[in-house]
Amino acid sequence: MAADVLVIGAGLHGLSTALHLARRGVKVTVLEADYAGRHASGVNAGGVRTLGRHLAEIPLALASRELWHNLPELLGDDAGFVPSGQLKLAENEAELEQCRARMAELQANGFTHEVTIDRDEVFELLPTVAPHVVGGIWVADDGYAVPYRVVTAVRRTAQRLGVVLHEQTPALSVTQRGSGWQVDTPKGRFEAEHLVVTAGAWAGRLAAEVGEPVPTYPQGLMLMVTHRVAPFCKQVLGATGRALSFKQFDNGTVVIGGKLIGDLDFDARHGEVDIVRLITSAQTVTDLFPHLKHLGINRAWSGIEAFIEDDLPVISQSRHASNLTYSFGYCGSGFQMSLGTGERVAQLVLGEDSPINLDAFAIDRFQPLSSTSPN
Amino acid sequence: MNLEPIDVVVVGAGPAGMAGARTLSELGLSVVLLDEQCAVGGQIYRGIASASPARREMLGPDYAAGAKLADALRGSTVRHETGASVWQVTRERHVHYLQNGKVRSFAAKAVLLATGAMERPFPIPGWTLPGVMTAGAAQILLKTAGIGPQGPVVLAGCGPLLYLLGWQYLRAGIAISALVDTSRREDYWRARGHLLAALRAWPYLRKGVSLLRALRKGGVPHYTGAEGLQVEGEGQAQALSFTVDGQRQHLPASTVLLHQGVVPNIQFTQALRAQHRWDEAQLCFVPETDRWGALDVPFISVAGDGAGIGGAQAAAIQGRLAALGLARDLGSITPAQRDSTAAPLRAELEQNLRIRPFLDALYRPREENRIPPRDDVTVCRCEEVTAGDVRRFVELGCSGPNQAKSFGRCGMGPCQGRMCGLTVTEIIAKSRGLTPDEVGYYRIRPPIKPITLGELASG
Amino acid sequence: MPTDSLFRRVDAEGARTVEVTFDDQPLSVPAGLTVAAALLLGGVRQFRTSPVGGGPRAPYCMMGVCFECLVEIDGVPSRQSCLIEVADGMRIRSQQGARDLPFPQPEAVVMEVQP
Repeated sequence: MAADVLVIGAGLHGLSTALHLARRGVKVTVLEADYAGRHASGVNAGGVRTLGRHLAEIPLALASRELWHNLPELLGDDAGFVPSGQLKLAENEAELEQCRARMAELQANGFTHEVTIDRDEVFELLPTVAPHVVGGIWVADDGYAVPYRVVTAVRRTAQRLGVVLHEQTPALSVTQRGSGWQVDTPKGRFEAEHLVVTAGAWAGRLAAEVGEPVPTYPQGLMLMVTHRVAPFCKQVLGATGRALSFKQFDNGTVVIGGKLIGDLDFDARHGEVDIVRLITSAQTVTDLFPHLKHLGINRAWSGIEAFIEDDLPVISQSRHASNLTYSFGYCGSGFQMSLGTGERVAQLVLGEDSPINLDAFAIDRFQPLSSTSPN
Repeated sequence: MNLEPIDVVVVGAGPAGMAGARTLSELGLSVVLLDEQCAVGGQIYRGIASASPARREMLGPDYAAGAKLADALRGSTVRHETGASVWQVTRERHVHYLQNGKVRSFAAKAVLLATGAMERPFPIPGWTLPGVMTAGAAQILLKTAGIGPQGPVVLAGCGPLLYLLGWQYLRAGIAISALVDTSRREDYWRARGHLLAALRAWPYLRKGVSLLRALRKGGVPHYTGAEGLQVEGEGQAQALSFTVDGQRQHLPASTVLLHQGVVPNIQFTQALRAQHRWDEAQLCFVPETDRWGALDVPFISVAGDGAGIGGAQAAAIQGRLAALGLARDLGSITPAQRDSTAAPLRAELEQNLRIRPFLDALYRPREENRIPPRDDVTVCRCEEVTAGDVRRFVELGCSGPNQAKSFGRCGMGPCQGRMCGLTVTEIIAKSRGLTPDEVGYYRIRPPIKPITLGELASG
Repeated sequence: MPTDSLFRRVDAEGARTVEVTFDDQPLSVPAGLTVAAALLLGGVRQFRTSPVGGGPRAPYCMMGVCFECLVEIDGVPSRQSCLIEVADGMRIRSQQGARDLPFPQPEAVVMEVQP
């Protein structure tokens, strides 16, 4: 079972990396412990967001944005992507001041994709929001998509290009033999010259095995979805002063989230839902849209995601072993970035040049350089 | 959120919940019984507390038997909360419910789930039309409201409840156009192997035979071995068509009452991530329990039809047994006290369950009424996903019910998969050549019962 | 709309009636019934239309599991009518497709005139 590149983890980052490698004629095998997109990739809120990103992430997010706006070309399917725009609301003057400060910082770094808007502009975009809103930040080219549709479209395109996917095939051990890699699974041994680890919440364990521990930890992020209602909000919404992720899908349901951490049964690969912790979200939503108070919550759920101490992912070649590349730890913000990052990781594997600098995502950024021993 | 401490929360006030709650309270434990109805009884004894003697007489002695349980409960220290919709039970035994639009919560030392059964989905063409109901729904209307259909009514499917409803309708003076039975002669042959055991549960058997005899005497046309059932009508059921012995039949009907057995309501046990297994005899998922109904989640037990279909009398006994088990776990009684009290109950339970294998074999719902052969049949009523859609999802790589949700919103509507879960599991299993156990069931997530944003926000 | 009922009473229990409205039409129904039972008895055949395909729907299970009997009761939409008892003066409305939410316009107007 030989391939040029083995990818561990069939989330969006693994599948996107596999897709971009396959587009370059590379033979790729993807191993997945569960099924494709089972965790963070398939069950996230679906926000396609450049808004509010860490400065280091912006180049990758903007590169991804190009791909999101050309999905039919990339995947032969729009994957439910709606360029609805994203709006981060300011609910008082102090918050609006924060928005202006953010804008100044972006402009100083040469980024112009976010714009501040005033109260009138907010109400022109979103007449149904509560009147206390005073302004916000607006990105017209952001939007949302249906996560599992994206996973499926990327998977099927990758498979059409020859990527081989093995689901229910967890990597039990990873060994370097010479320059290449062996991965043992319950379904047998897989071998390839290169190994890419895109195992999300499970990637940290593999990195530690290779001798480069990362301060990463898994968390369950909760979301809830309502019954269908008549259309009242086109944009994806966030808030400046409180955690909120809010959008109404075409089918009328409203998905509500925003850094809602649930309990985790990591061994059982299960994120628990504790609705009591969703009370704050319900309050935020009914503050912003008082008329939604009678709207029924249909379901809440949780997806397991990898977080890293400094809120940035690892997108990096190994500093300890050759032909090993990591891409994980997106801290709940990886959905939008996956398309462009997959291409950047493919370039990394193949040694291609790119203007997008990855220094901020290096795997050895967590420890003094002296403790790393490149070989 | 204010968590009120309590020894035991019992969810569901049917026979298992009523009996279990009373037993727990008699053993000195503080018990609250939560139920979303306005009175005790569950579905089987629905309206028992308010039904007049005349109505009890019409509904028959099995129904009237529920009054004893209700009376005993009334005389106990159990706190019964009506109109209480439980929307979450956590593994830590926090029980959240909604009552009069207010969120309330208990922190319980133990939880007894007695959420009973629901009717098995009956996905045939036209089953979403107004005028089509389950036989159980019609029976609830009779029990609680004293109302029945007028205009042509057809009963279709199989199982004791269908015949019981027919018998009750005759006693209530409601005309039945026909009983369209999907069981076949082969089913009697298959069930024959269990007949000996069933004979030892003679009263049950005799009751079934007498129900059918009464229907025949009442002049109700009885079609057997019916297949290809289809409800016809525009905007409202107008007829039921089906095939018997190669002949297509077409019966006008403004009310079509469907039934093909009941299945455990496993919303809570699934949401708790208790272990479940596929029961091939009863064609449904059941939670794994020990002999006291305890799940593999500490201090949470399940009793009654929610743990596997056994009927009302068995449920009440199981409720007592589960109560004894929990009382022992909480230290109210010793293992010896538990076992000696349980011994006669176990014998009684065994007697009650003897008939089950025979009934399960005789009234095994036909595959075509569980796994629609026609692609255009609606499976998920809420999101209008068809059997053909689900089979197409499988072709695209959908390996189980949870992915079916992502592929096409199947099971994502207000009923949260209750009406399509088993169907989707069986369709996918058949399409993939796997067992239902291998394919699995929907991951059930709270809220188990709907709660509004405003209600949650004020919680 | 209420038409000839497909249901009738089989006994004469509960002589007391309550007055409710369904889609603004007055309806006199026996007390003690659930809203779903009362509407069926009152001749209501269609409770709502599906928000997905628009097809007509009516109660299927009468025990709170199918969610086909959803109606608006006293301004609160998507109530399970098979679980709620009728009460005098109850205003019941059918639900056509996805529920249309009224927006609190007047408040916004007041805000507009502030400096």
